[in-house]
Order: sequence, then structure tokens, then C-alpha cells
Amino acid sequence: MNRINQTFQNKKDILSIYFTAGFPKLDDTLKIIRELDNSNVDMIEIGLPFSDPLADGPTIQKSSEKALKNGMTTDLLFNQLRGLRSITDIPIVVMGYFNPILQYGFDKFCINCKKSGIDGLIIPDLPVDIYKKSYKSKVENYGLNMMFLITPQTSNDRIHVIDEISKGFIYMVSSFGVTGARDNFDEYQIEYFERIKEMKLSNPLLIGFGISNDKTFKSACENSNGAIIGSAYIQHLKNYGVSKTNDFIEKIKF
Amino acid sequence: MENFNISKDGFYGDFGGAFIPEMLHPNIEELQKNYIKISESSEFIKEFNQLLKDYVGRPTPLYFAKRLSKKFNTKIYLKREDLCHTGAHKINNTIGQILLAKKLGKKRIIAETGAGQHGVATATVCALMGVECIIYMGEIDITRQAPNVARMKMLGAKVRPAKSGSKTLKDATNEAIRDWISNPIDTHYIIGSVVGPHPYPDMVARYQSVIGYETKKQLIKVEKTEKPTHVIACVGGGSNAAGLFYPFLNDKDVKIICVEAAGKGVNTGESAATSILGTEGIIHGSKTLLMQTNDGQITEPYSISAGLDYPGIGPMHANLFRTKRGEFVSIDDNDAMKWGLLLSQMEGIIPAIETAHAFAVLEKMKFSKSDIVIFNCSGRGDKDLDTYINYFKL
Repeated sequence: MNRINQTFQNKKDILSIYFTAGFPKLDDTLKIIRELDNSNVDMIEIGLPFSDPLADGPTIQKSSEKALKNGMTTDLLFNQLRGLRSITDIPIVVMGYFNPILQYGFDKFCINCKKSGIDGLIIPDLPVDIYKKSYKSKVENYGLNMMFLITPQTSNDRIHVIDEISKGFIYMVSSFGVTGARDNFDEYQIEYFERIKEMKLSNPLLIGFGISNDKTFKSACENSNGAIIGSAYIQHLKNYGVSKTNDFIEKIKF
Repeated sequence: MENFNISKDGFYGDFGGAFIPEMLHPNIEELQKNYIKISESSEFIKEFNQLLKDYVGRPTPLYFAKRLSKKFNTKIYLKREDLCHTGAHKINNTIGQILLAKKLGKKRIIAETGAGQHGVATATVCALMGVECIIYMGEIDITRQAPNVARMKMLGAKVRPAKSGSKTLKDATNEAIRDWISNPIDTHYIIGSVVGPHPYPDMVARYQSVIGYETKKQLIKVEKTEKPTHVIACVGGGSNAAGLFYPFLNDKDVKIICVEAAGKGVNTGESAATSILGTEGIIHGSKTLLMQTNDGQITEPYSISAGLDYPGIGPMHANLFRTKRGEFVSIDDNDAMKWGLLLSQMEGIIPAIETAHAFAVLEKMKFSKSDIVIFNCSGRGDKDLDTYINYFKL
């Protein structure tokens, strides 16, 4: 069974942490993964940096810019990930925009993910219909999970379509907006979380965008299977460095 | 018959589509479902045509360029989009989109701009309609294009700097898209060229197609035919070209010529000749040809004309290139500047530097005496005066 599915079967209040590969330093990838693993996070998302990250707020944008300046490439990331499965057993997801993956070669990308021990993919600008038509069978043949996003604006009909096509979990975008840390959820968001909960989808749900502290993490867990934190961790990395990862995670986990 | 126009699912051959994050899906779907229905309604057509006539000043003349024709021993016509209100063809599209936005009940308009022409055209129609207007512009472009920034401000728009990436047009587009993701309900995004996710390339081409349709009507009066032998336009994103080519796309008797900016030369690393230097990929939600590294990072193009330095071309043009329906020519900075001066002194028309690129093909291609060659004289050169002054030490 895919590690992602296993994790959702065995654990609740999942904490998944996103970081940008190549940030703050080019060769930090495995160091960060080791730190996160030691801090008992449940899942890790590795962001493949892109020059034009449309869905990301300033924190992740800047980390991507820095990572590219540092010299991060798709090939280099796979090289760095060679030792991945000797240091951690938790599920690892790669998140990347579609263009760099297309240029790398979609099949080659999937093969190298599989070889590296990656469990799933999030490609925010690969739409569901095109995925279904041209890429779904490939991804599934390589034994990878593909996760899709839903937002407060996504219609119930479409959520069912996304639920059917997703494998692993559904990435529930908490609000209107791009990625970035926010302090708490408003009434409207809670209402949206409750609406989705009542839909009884077949995939578990992780809430992302705007999760930054114990308060938002706890609230996300009350309304779903857990949450994804990105910008707040990137900011922490920037301020305090890789070695202080545990300080950040400790404050969030309950 | 081979179709060079858009397919039902939003593609031009291999190019186009809507490669968008899920957050944009409701906005894009709303447009996809409504843009044709609204644009073809009699109410819309009436308002659109009325504004094009009374406000933009259409029809723009189809002007027979006598001296130029004599010099090159052929028949050269200029479609005078430079005479449109705000100085370029850009306003045809912004009028169309602001009307569409109003029909969709949108209260807030956002747009990206590079040189500022589309920003000015958007700010103008927002002032006309009394709608809130926010223009995203690269931080570097804001300093390079100060007069247009001032125009937008005078027109009541807020100009927000794009501070990410290369701080130019592509980043301004990213910022506008991010704004739209954050404001999906009350906001319409007026894209300025035939780029972006479906339906934008087709929607913008339709609103610009007035250029081509007028040309046909005007040509029949002077040449007794609706068909030119050549239609020629500069291509950055490609909206003025798409507008002129639109009625001729599937008529292979009419040769289509796209003129790209070679910048300092196609192989100098400072160029915007996307058809030659670009490869297939995805930019701003559209599959097209774009300039990128082997690793799929989008690179920054260069041209002396700020309106041509977009790292992609519209999917319609990418398809014209791949299928060889269109001929692509690239013109470097020096030739473009030379033709800016030549057109000024031979016809008394100071063109935008973008536009000047198109005319430079007259020295690169052979035309016969009976040919009817239509140039899209897409914009006037006022905005480029500083560049002309510096270049020619005027």
C-alpha cells in the first residue's frame, strides 16, 4: 500500500510540512527531511521551484527564486533524493508546476519519483480533465498517488469528480487566495469546512493555505484529517535555519 | 478545410487550453460558458459597436501608402490602429472586456501591463464605466514607462508594482492572476493579449477582429476585392496580429506574416523571437511556444520595444508557426528603429516601435507589383519618444 494511504489509515491529525527544494541552501534537501522526520511530522511535501509560481504567495515565491538562484534543477533534486528512503519512512509528496515537469519529460519524472521513493504528486496547474485524459493511467501505472485541490468556490459536483480521480488525499484550500500564513479562520471558512465534511468524500482531507500556528492547525484538524503548512515553515527556515526545525514543529503539534 | 481558428475545446492545433490552478476554475469556467453567448447578443454588439464608433473613433482608415508603395513597387495599405483613442489597437479589446465584465456583474477590474499601453486602455474604459481598476506592472517597467504610469493614475487606476521574478510583464501577469485567485467573485481580469488560459486567446482575438473585418470592407471599395495578398503585423503576445488575421485565417490565398522582435539579434541571448527561440510549454495557463531553460524555467526576453518582450506567443500564433500557415520573420532593434524613422519621413506617421518592426519586412521580403499588402499600423509612437530621442540623439 502507498505510504500516504497507510498514514491516513493509521494516524489522525496529520501534519504535513512543505518546503522548497534548494532553499535556504542548495543541498539542504535531505537535511530538512531528516529534521522534519526527527520532529515527528507525518508527511513531507517537497516543492520543485518554478520561475512563475502562480498559486503561491510572496514567501514561497521568494524561496523559489532563491532556490533557482542557488542552482536547483529537477535533475539535481532527484540526485539529492537518492538517499531518501534510508533516512525516513514517512510519505513524501512532490509538488511542482506543470511546465518544468513537462520539460523534464512526464514519464521520466514519474519514473524518477518512483525510484527515489516518492509517494505522490501535486501539480496545481494540471487541470483534472487533462489529467484524466492524458496522464492518469501513467501516474497510476508508476504507483504514484495524485492529489488535487478544492477551494471554497469549487462546486459540489466538481468536488465529487475530484474525489473520484484523487488518490491519497484531497488538498482543501482554506480560503480565497494564494499560499501564505494567516492567523485564524473566519466563520465563512468554518462553514466551508463543515460543508465538505458532510459530503463524506472517499479521500481524506488535508487543509492547506493559511495554516501557520497551533491555533490554525488545531482548527484544521477539527474539520479534516490534518493540515499542510508551507509559508510559515519557509519563514522559520529563513529566520532560524534548518537545525531549529523542531522548535517550529513542537509549537504546532498538540 | 483545415481550421486555424479555435477548436471547441479551446485549442489551436496542439496549443491553447486552460492549464490553471483549481482556484481559477470557477472564474475561467464562467467565462468559457458565457463569453460567446454574451459577445454575440444583439445588446452587446450594439453597445460594443457604438463605443467603437463614438469613443474609439472607428472605423480606422485603411490608408494607401503612396510613397512607400512606389519605393517598393507594390501596393501597401496601412490599417491605422494608431488613430484609435489611447493610441493603439489595445482599446478594442478593453472595450469588449469591460462590457463583458459588466454583463457578468463584476465590480472590480484588474489587468497586467508591460509598456503601459494595455494598462492605459484598461484604465480608460474603467473610467468610462466608473469601475474600480487595479493595474499590475513590473517594478522595472514602472520606472521605464513613467508617462504611462502617470496616465493610468490620472484615469483613476491604482498601479501596483510586481516585485517578484524579473519584475516585468510576465511577473505583472503572475501578480494579476494571484489577485484574481484572491478575489474570484467580484473581479474580472482583462488580459491584454491573445495569451492566457482559454477562452482569453479567442475572446481577445474576437474583440480585436474588428481590425480585419473593417479591412475587408474597406479594401473592396478601393481594390474591388476583399482579399489582400499579404497581411503583416508585429507579434509580442499577438493581439494586433490576431485582430488583423482573424477573417483570413482559413483563406490560404492570403499570406500571413508575423514579425517578431529579434532584439539585439536572434542568437545574442537578448532577443524576443519566440518562434525561433521558444519551445513548447505552458505559460500563464496556456500551452504554447515560450522562451525557457532546458529545465522549464521561463526566461526573460529582450527587445527595444517594451510591447514585444513577452516570453511567449499566443497559442493561435504558435499554431500558425507550427503548421507553417504563417511566415515568421524576426527584425532586430536597429532595423526597427530605422523603420520608425523611415515611416515618419515617408508617410508622416510616427509609429510605435512595436509597429515599426512590422514595416521592416519590406526589405526582407519580395513583393510584386500587383500584390496588396496590408500592414497593421498598430500604435503610434508618442509613448516611444524617449527611446527615439536617445537612439537618434534627436
